[in-house]
Amino acid sequence: MDQKYNQASSTVSDRAVLTPECIHCGLCLQACPTYVELGKEADSPRGRIYLMRAYERGVMPFSESFVQHISACLDCRACESACPSGVPYGELVEKAREVIEHRVQRSYLAGAFRTFTFKRIFPSRRLLRLHFNLLRLYQVIGLQKLVRLTGLLKLFPGHLAELEQLVPDIRKKKDHVELGSVFPALGKKQYRVGLLTGCVMNEIFGHINQATIRILQRNGCEVVVPAAQSCCAALHCHAGIMDTAREMARKNILAFEEAQVDAIIINAAGCGAKLKEYGSLLAEDREFCKRAQVFSQKIKDISEFLVDLPQMARPGALSVRVAYDDPCHLLHAQKIGQAPRNLLKNIPGLQLVELERPDQCCGSAGIYNITQYDLSMRILDKKVDDINNSDAEVVATGNPGCILQIAYGLRKAGIAHIRVMHPVELLEQAYQNSK
Amino acid sequence: MNNAPVAERGFPKEEVYRHLVSILGKEWVLHTPEELIVYECDGLTLHTRLPDFVVFPTCTEEVVKIVKLAGQYKIPFVPRGAGTSLSGGAIPVEGGVVLEFSRMNRILNIDYENRLAIVQPGVVNLHVTQAAKKKNFYYAPDPSSQMVSTIGGNVAENAGGPHTLKYGVTTNHVMALEVVLPDGEVYELGTAAGDAVGYDLVGSFVGSEGTFGIVTQITVRLLYSPPAVKTMLAVYDSVVDATKTVSGIIARGVVPAALEMIDRNTIQAIEASVYATGIPKDAEAVLLIEIDGLATGIEQQMERILEVIKTNNAREIRVAKNETERKKLWAARKNAFGAYGRISANYYTMDGVIPRSKLPQILQEIDDLGRRHGLRMANVFHAGDGNLHPIILYDIHQPGAKENVLALAGEILQRCVEVGGALSGEHGIGLEKQEFMSLIFSEADLHAMQQLKQVFNPENLANPSKIFPIRRGCRELPKNILESSDQKYKAYQEIVRF
Repeated sequence: MDQKYNQASSTVSDRAVLTPECIHCGLCLQACPTYVELGKEADSPRGRIYLMRAYERGVMPFSESFVQHISACLDCRACESACPSGVPYGELVEKAREVIEHRVQRSYLAGAFRTFTFKRIFPSRRLLRLHFNLLRLYQVIGLQKLVRLTGLLKLFPGHLAELEQLVPDIRKKKDHVELGSVFPALGKKQYRVGLLTGCVMNEIFGHINQATIRILQRNGCEVVVPAAQSCCAALHCHAGIMDTAREMARKNILAFEEAQVDAIIINAAGCGAKLKEYGSLLAEDREFCKRAQVFSQKIKDISEFLVDLPQMARPGALSVRVAYDDPCHLLHAQKIGQAPRNLLKNIPGLQLVELERPDQCCGSAGIYNITQYDLSMRILDKKVDDINNSDAEVVATGNPGCILQIAYGLRKAGIAHIRVMHPVELLEQAYQNSK
Repeated sequence: MNNAPVAERGFPKEEVYRHLVSILGKEWVLHTPEELIVYECDGLTLHTRLPDFVVFPTCTEEVVKIVKLAGQYKIPFVPRGAGTSLSGGAIPVEGGVVLEFSRMNRILNIDYENRLAIVQPGVVNLHVTQAAKKKNFYYAPDPSSQMVSTIGGNVAENAGGPHTLKYGVTTNHVMALEVVLPDGEVYELGTAAGDAVGYDLVGSFVGSEGTFGIVTQITVRLLYSPPAVKTMLAVYDSVVDATKTVSGIIARGVVPAALEMIDRNTIQAIEASVYATGIPKDAEAVLLIEIDGLATGIEQQMERILEVIKTNNAREIRVAKNETERKKLWAARKNAFGAYGRISANYYTMDGVIPRSKLPQILQEIDDLGRRHGLRMANVFHAGDGNLHPIILYDIHQPGAKENVLALAGEILQRCVEVGGALSGEHGIGLEKQEFMSLIFSEADLHAMQQLKQVFNPENLANPSKIFPIRRGCRELPKNILESSDQKYKAYQEIVRF
């Protein structure tokens, strides 16, 4: 992308090249899940940009309506894939959310909860672990059963009862990857790579991280998991909590600089997209802006990394019909759509089927399914329909939020015969079959 | 003739709001300036005006109630689809009610045996083709905005597109309409059988730009996909050679399905975008040519075209090898008008028609005019039928930019008319070109047209202050249009809240 900008700069003014402007053509409209769902211009990318500009230029004062429309954005960035002018919509909406974050007065309790979650739990691996252990405890001691039986959560406002069902059964889960570990390459060592474990990925889907490591080992990689790494800060950026986000970004840069790796592997699309954008996140930080760019260039989604290997270890056969669903932050933010498909096609016996609209958001979108439950569910229903209309046995998607969301949608619709998996899990199974 | 602004008459806003809410529910009646501001313009951003209300009907009955209410209080009303009009068709120049059709977006029936589809006005153009694709049918008019623009909007503007060269514009594909006239009466115009008896009311309604009333249901013709298609790209070092090819092909009796020209600046924009498809960036112009029809004979047609291309010094000819390559070429062409943000802060897409033979001369003149005004020009257009789209690249934040752009646009249109052309090929007149109407129409012509309007829209409530000159001089801005941010801020603050 950047290269293409550079080539064009000979005939155009630099200003236009650096910040492509929204020219209001409207070609993004049908790419936007919230516009398609709600039908209101202010819930489209073009409309939201118009609102941002009106605010920025003092045409419109700050308003509740502004907050509502900017918050209703999934930040799925499908509009970026459609926009001929290359407007960096994701950046714009995050800036708008930063404005909102500074201006919105929350109630004491809501504010405290938000601060605690974003500024304390996520930046601290220890607290995050504690948080998930409490959740485990809640499920293990049968409290969950009791709560569900008594309908206790229905007494709370919002959708607490529904949200509680989003969380999978993690009672027996103790397979997270320990920070600080190093895993040797199998056979001749070709690369030294770092693994950024992600928060949800490591706590709820530890086995996917384990599989990722084994696949990398098998492909000649020594895998280091730096102990000092932090959460990627994607959720913070989506929420406009930029100061904490920058702090965490700096922490990650330091951790992986010290690890001295050839590449930094990530298997969560949402994290990957943010990690690749540290350059712009820290653009104003004199000490870190260059280092952020170097860091971002090393970030590779697991599918991207494996497909680019000169010779990938051959997987064994796996007879299964798989529909691949594009995580938005892989396809639209990182422009990676072919690599995961190629990875899957490379598995003998695996039959890849296409969903009707694999490029449409599932409605997970970070914590969107918590903050905008109803809309999220309307968007999810379409995804579940598409999946149900395919004859897939497995839906593969490379992002923990999407895995949770789609699994929840299938459960809700009573579809038990289709599983949701990370592509890495399928590859791992295929490797096991090659023995 | 009742052509005077109606908005000044004023109306009890809160009362009307309550009525609208009783028809549609609160969620579907927007009335605060924060909510209305995104409806102050459409694809034409040069002019803006806030509506008083934006409403979202779901059926004809609701449209009837809204229109009757508007009639009762003498409030202007304006239909809006996706808001991609380039002539300001959906801009509520006199305020009033904007009827947004995003909730009337169902394809009601596809009848393959009679080769037609019945759709609501909010259906996206491309969705019709997508729905009919499995049986190999498609809807032919394909404006570049077809991924987002609606059939209702296409009907209002009589939209065209690259393939109109062979297949005609929207009006050639609309068989019947259900319309709500400004008095709230519902009429069926035309029939699915395509009767030719009596006056062609469908024909007069299509392209009336919302000034006759509101279309609530459309019966369109579907075509069977041609069995053979060939798409090619010819690359030129000179615009003149490219234009000579255009007239050469037509003169040899070949009618391509599409014959499009893309100039150097546009190539830069496309190739910097996600739709880049490897068009050489040092080329002065390229032609995108498509022929279709029966497999028999298509090779011969292609030979004739290739011959013309070669005689006119094309430096490279690329023929799409498969459907994927063909689609990429078309994606590049159709998204071009949205890619100018790569090379400019703002753009203004014009629409004019000239005799094909004048292409080389006019393109040169447009370039010269642009230079004289210190503005860069780009061109991407339907060369085959002489439908120009000169694009003025500008930055609205430069002092005097708007006046300069409007002045240049006026001079370009003037030249188009002088060489025997027309004011618009497919974008409509709207708010954009109304003051230029007198360039081609006499007083008597304009009067006659307005008499026709009067039949449908006697009180001038349906999309007022459009199409016809309101005698404010070509370069003056329409009344009611607020210019600076400060002005707007003040005006928006003054809006009474309830």
